[in-house]
Amino acid sequence: MGFTLSNQQQLLSKIATGNGHGENTPYFDGWKAFDSNPYHPTANPQGVIQMGLAENQLSFDLIQEWVLKNPEASICTAQGAKEFKDIAIFQDYHGLPEFRNAVANFMGKVRGNRVTFDPDRIVMSGGATGAHEMIAFCLADPGEAFLVPVPYYPGFDRDLRWRTGVQLLPVACESSNNFKITRAALEDAYEKAQKANIRVKGLLITNPSNPLGTVLDRETLKSLVTFINEKNIHLVSDEIYAATVFTQPRFISIAEILEEEEVECNRDLVHIVYSLSKDMGFPGFRVGIVYSYNDAVVNCARKMSSFGLVSTQTQHLIASMLSDNEFVDRFIVESAKRLKARHTRFTVGLEEQGTTCLKSNGGLFVWMDLHKHLKEQTFEAEMALWRTIIHQVKLNVSPGVSFHCPEPGWFRVCFANMDDQTMEVALERIRNFVLQDKDAVVAIKKKSCWQSNKKLSLSFKSFNFRILDEVSMSPHSPIPQSPLVRAT
Amino acid sequence: MCMLSTKATCNSHGQDSSYFLGWQEYEKNPFHEVNNTNGIIQMGLAENQLCFDILKSWLAKNPDAAGFKRNGESIFGELALFQDYHGIPEFKKALAEFMSEIRGNKVSFDPNHLVLAAGATSANETLMFCLAEPGEAFLLPTPYYPGFDRDLKWRTGVEIVPIQCTSSNGFQITETALQEAYQEAQKRNLRVKGVLVTNPSNPLGTTMTRNELNMLVSFVEDKGIHLVSDEIYSGTAFSTPSFVSVMEILKERECDENGSDVWNRVHVVYSLSKDLGLPGFRVGAIYSNDDRVVSAATKMSSFGLVSSQTQYLLAAMLSDKKLTKNYISENHKRLRQRQKKLVSGLQKAGISCLKGNAGLFCWVDMRHLLRSNTFEAEMELWKKIVYEVRLNISPGSSCHCTEPGWFRVCFANMSEDTLDLALQRLKAFVTEYYNIPEVNGHHQTIHLNHSRRRSLTKWVFRLSFDDRSPIPGR
Repeated sequence: MGFTLSNQQQLLSKIATGNGHGENTPYFDGWKAFDSNPYHPTANPQGVIQMGLAENQLSFDLIQEWVLKNPEASICTAQGAKEFKDIAIFQDYHGLPEFRNAVANFMGKVRGNRVTFDPDRIVMSGGATGAHEMIAFCLADPGEAFLVPVPYYPGFDRDLRWRTGVQLLPVACESSNNFKITRAALEDAYEKAQKANIRVKGLLITNPSNPLGTVLDRETLKSLVTFINEKNIHLVSDEIYAATVFTQPRFISIAEILEEEEVECNRDLVHIVYSLSKDMGFPGFRVGIVYSYNDAVVNCARKMSSFGLVSTQTQHLIASMLSDNEFVDRFIVESAKRLKARHTRFTVGLEEQGTTCLKSNGGLFVWMDLHKHLKEQTFEAEMALWRTIIHQVKLNVSPGVSFHCPEPGWFRVCFANMDDQTMEVALERIRNFVLQDKDAVVAIKKKSCWQSNKKLSLSFKSFNFRILDEVSMSPHSPIPQSPLVRAT
Repeated sequence: MCMLSTKATCNSHGQDSSYFLGWQEYEKNPFHEVNNTNGIIQMGLAENQLCFDILKSWLAKNPDAAGFKRNGESIFGELALFQDYHGIPEFKKALAEFMSEIRGNKVSFDPNHLVLAAGATSANETLMFCLAEPGEAFLLPTPYYPGFDRDLKWRTGVEIVPIQCTSSNGFQITETALQEAYQEAQKRNLRVKGVLVTNPSNPLGTTMTRNELNMLVSFVEDKGIHLVSDEIYSGTAFSTPSFVSVMEILKERECDENGSDVWNRVHVVYSLSKDLGLPGFRVGAIYSNDDRVVSAATKMSSFGLVSSQTQYLLAAMLSDKKLTKNYISENHKRLRQRQKKLVSGLQKAGISCLKGNAGLFCWVDMRHLLRSNTFEAEMELWKKIVYEVRLNISPGSSCHCTEPGWFRVCFANMSEDTLDLALQRLKAFVTEYYNIPEVNGHHQTIHLNHSRRRSLTKWVFRLSFDDRSPIPGR
């Protein structure tokens, strides 16, 4: 008989049985190490401190206070229960109007009210994770590609590629110019795609950047807009860290660039991904947003949002909270203040030990430069160092290679997901490690350090991009096997 | 150059179907008991609004769950941060137990095999992503829920091949129909990966018989394919015969892990949208005995997790066994009463229904009101009912029914008064259009009986079932 399934392997789809979910990468492996031995100040002081999770836990007291003062925002309390039924049955994928209005209002405030957002262009999704997958489904067919500047958030490999069949192609960025996105690199990536017969459908940027913690300057943003218009491709700007920018230079949204007079842009090409997971610290509530200037995309995305709508219970709460202007204004300022204080304490504490980070002004993490501690400037050495940091220093940090960083030695270290005390413990552990590490380079001037780094990275350049090329063509992770997978 | 994806520009989202068009018409002129008494009454929405009082009274008595507190302390922060795709353990445990309770505790569900999803919409799509490649097919008995065309096919590229069911046997699935569907798929060069059934059925409002379930399990066993049982209406089976889950059948056949392979190929989809009436909360679940399916689906649930505050609330609710016991039985009672009201009201208008024992709707037989035994006539009738009678009901063609003249009419999403009004309007319509004389206060069912032709100004025929009208591709 023609199509009986005699082979057990074919019972499930390739998507289900393959590795496209990306969870066998070191980014997720670190989490596993933490899960099996989590730090606790009293119960497990020798445990692994989680510094691989970009969460914003610094301002919950403000939110908790608001929630207690506003019981009607919950549909379950005595004060809010009269809304229970209407909210519980509301499944319109347009979302509650008050929710969209409140989110549009919040997005505008986060951008200093320099731009306003149209609530009718706001589409819900299952977190930014769902938003990215959805925008990929709307903009590209299987086999088509998005360009993404490296280093980038590892989850993109899953979110944009796994079930969509879309590819991600790297745009080279280097530490020598602080990982700036250059026109040359964009053109280069685009040409590579052309040569490989891959149709590029868009450019994906994260601004503020994960993992760099930096913002894009006006010139760069304008050049990106020029680039996508010339090539007639989409621009997806992931702005989920918008409100985490705590000091100058200020955050400039792509929405602002569009409003500038001298900028010519086909608005149908521009889309923003947003979420409340980082700015508000609400990852559990799964509030993802796709904001598109393209009507057809809004239309299509809205239909697709059926697969990941925001719970109306949550919509109702958020609508209430984010339309409280006094609270929002206060929260934005206070949250930024606390992030700045934490960032400063952390980076100063690191510098005292001779550990440097990329100069950053946003995000919930630092991009730490540990190349001095590598036995050799290779990714294998980076993985070895990472294993040491996890198992001996007992910190879960994320190795740069999992972010497709072209140069070894960089690590993303999160600082906003713990209390002050835990952070001091973490600093202490790093200090001890640095002092003990035999290969640590002592008192090398930053300039020569950068120069030798540059030389090494140039000589590895072709090698690195070859790896990235292979990676981008296949759905598998850049590391054939993470050390933890082998260990388990 | 096409700027958007093929998925974005095609029609596979299915929203151009009449099922959704009816909703749109309703949106333009929605009935309101006070503000718009002439508006369109929504009878196309399978919602359960009958038992909110029970939930609200529970909330009032349980301030901790309601206020995100545990022992009086706020756990808001903890909830706000919780994004583990394994879900809150207490919630999954409570959900698994609830599912078991609905099945009279004849089967039990392991919370570790339960995967959360953003509604059954997401659960069904995720299962397709896990079980089939683009271009492969699932067999579905007709009539089926119109949303399946979007949920199962749109972004996955999976095909649906219908298992044709007819009114000759109450739309039950027959062995012949199954085999024919399978062969049809092969003719179209489609590899069949499984069968998907909805039990209790939407739109039929009936539960599957033991016979049908056994036949299905044997079929998928023989063909080595999957069986997905969408059981989102399991808690709405309000009268006999009682609901039998496919999991019960597997247990009876001793298909557990040491038995047949089929154990790993049967998957259940669940949701709280129908049984608890909470569609806004987006609570769906996939249950599978296959670890790999659980693993893959769990990772995919990242794209549509259940909000942690919702999980927390429902964990508390569903762990309260007193509540669940009371809710399940009260829900049955009220649904039964409401359905009875609709059925008898329809009878007074000379309209009969498929005998139903579950669901939030009736599968109504209006074949005798068609101008001709065609889908064009069905559409004509439907438009009259939407625009003139001002009731949004769902035409059978939108559910891929093979016979024209059937409509799904919902009864649980409105007040009793509104239902009365709807029935009045329908009766008036039938009287006016079909000039049916009342006999003993009841309208006569119209048959092809020429002795009663007296004042039939319209063209009422009931042709035999074998007369198939040409249906364009559905």
